[in-house]
Amino acid sequence: MENHAARYASGGAGVTALALISSVTVTLPAVTGASSGDVVAAAPQDWILAIVIGLMIAIAVAISRMRPLFAIAMSLSVYSLLCAIAFVLMDAPDVGFTEAAVGAGVSTILLLAALLLVPRTVRERVKSFRPVPAIAAGAVAALLLWAAPDVPFYGDASSAPNVTLGRAYAERTVRETGKPNAVTAVLASYRGFDTLGETAVIFTAGIAVLALIGVGDRAILTGRRRRRADNAGGGSAP
Amino acid sequence: MNPDRHLVLTSMAKLMIPLIIVFAIYVHSHGDIRPGGGFQAGAIVACALSLHLLVFGAEAARQLIPVPVLKIAAAFGVLLYAGTGLASVFFGKEYLDYDALGAGLDGQKFGILLIEIGVFLTVSATLTLCVYAFAGRVPDIRDEDR
Repeated sequence: MENHAARYASGGAGVTALALISSVTVTLPAVTGASSGDVVAAAPQDWILAIVIGLMIAIAVAISRMRPLFAIAMSLSVYSLLCAIAFVLMDAPDVGFTEAAVGAGVSTILLLAALLLVPRTVRERVKSFRPVPAIAAGAVAALLLWAAPDVPFYGDASSAPNVTLGRAYAERTVRETGKPNAVTAVLASYRGFDTLGETAVIFTAGIAVLALIGVGDRAILTGRRRRRADNAGGGSAP
Repeated sequence: MNPDRHLVLTSMAKLMIPLIIVFAIYVHSHGDIRPGGGFQAGAIVACALSLHLLVFGAEAARQLIPVPVLKIAAAFGVLLYAGTGLASVFFGKEYLDYDALGAGLDGQKFGILLIEIGVFLTVSATLTLCVYAFAGRVPDIRDEDR
């Protein structure tokens, strides 16, 4: 167990370093090139953004090479936190808040709680090349790259969302709702019905979790009894 | 895990949890002029309660905020939101048209305040309930489980 952990930790560190170098070299020109064209000059936060995105790529690659599930859960949390930083750097602090609280906070705790119920490491991987998943992943990556040029440059004032609906909301929100934060005005007032639906979705998901897992004393007692039965029976561990 | 054996952890949690909740209140109440709002504040409160559960255990968390309170809060949030919509219908406008709730911009202010409270209650209570539900399957986290 210790040996495994140490070996994969060192392997993960090597992969991380490699991925970090390669991803920063890949993303730096992309981000600064996008903003230094005809839109705005490259600001210092573009460089920070490039480094953050590079770190995210590095962590994603490292996670795919990791074996201990605890390390994977914590790495996913770090990934979410970097994602939140990226959102804030791109002037979307509302989304950044949500990502930091839900992605890095609550969902990590949910993963950790689930980890206590399952084996702690990923199953031994079979070292063979499997063509179908490789082709599927490659095809999806190719499609995404093919579609990437159609996405407007970040901060492009002449892109469709910025000239039509976005500008209309920016001009009207303070006059019509009195709220300086256009995000709140759109979510709560203009699209109030959508937000009602989202709230209902969260509530429904909570009901589903309670119906499936349960949260009362009975659920805890059942869990204890099952664990005791597993321990007494031996051999039937997952 | 036994809280008495983790002095640094418990001290820091006791220090941080009130600060996190105060920050959540700030995020909620300034949601209309600064980034944030009911959803973000609810998620932050759920984080604070989850931290309490991680450090002090599932039993202590259920004593702090009992499960029935969370269930009622989650349902009441949706009810408050939908009720605000019904109120605007009652005052002669369309569903969720807050202009019906007051003169000028006051209607918008009042309506957005009400529905943000509803979102806050539902999100914080539901996320906390989910953490309680998953953590409740494990009676206690042993120290060697890390």
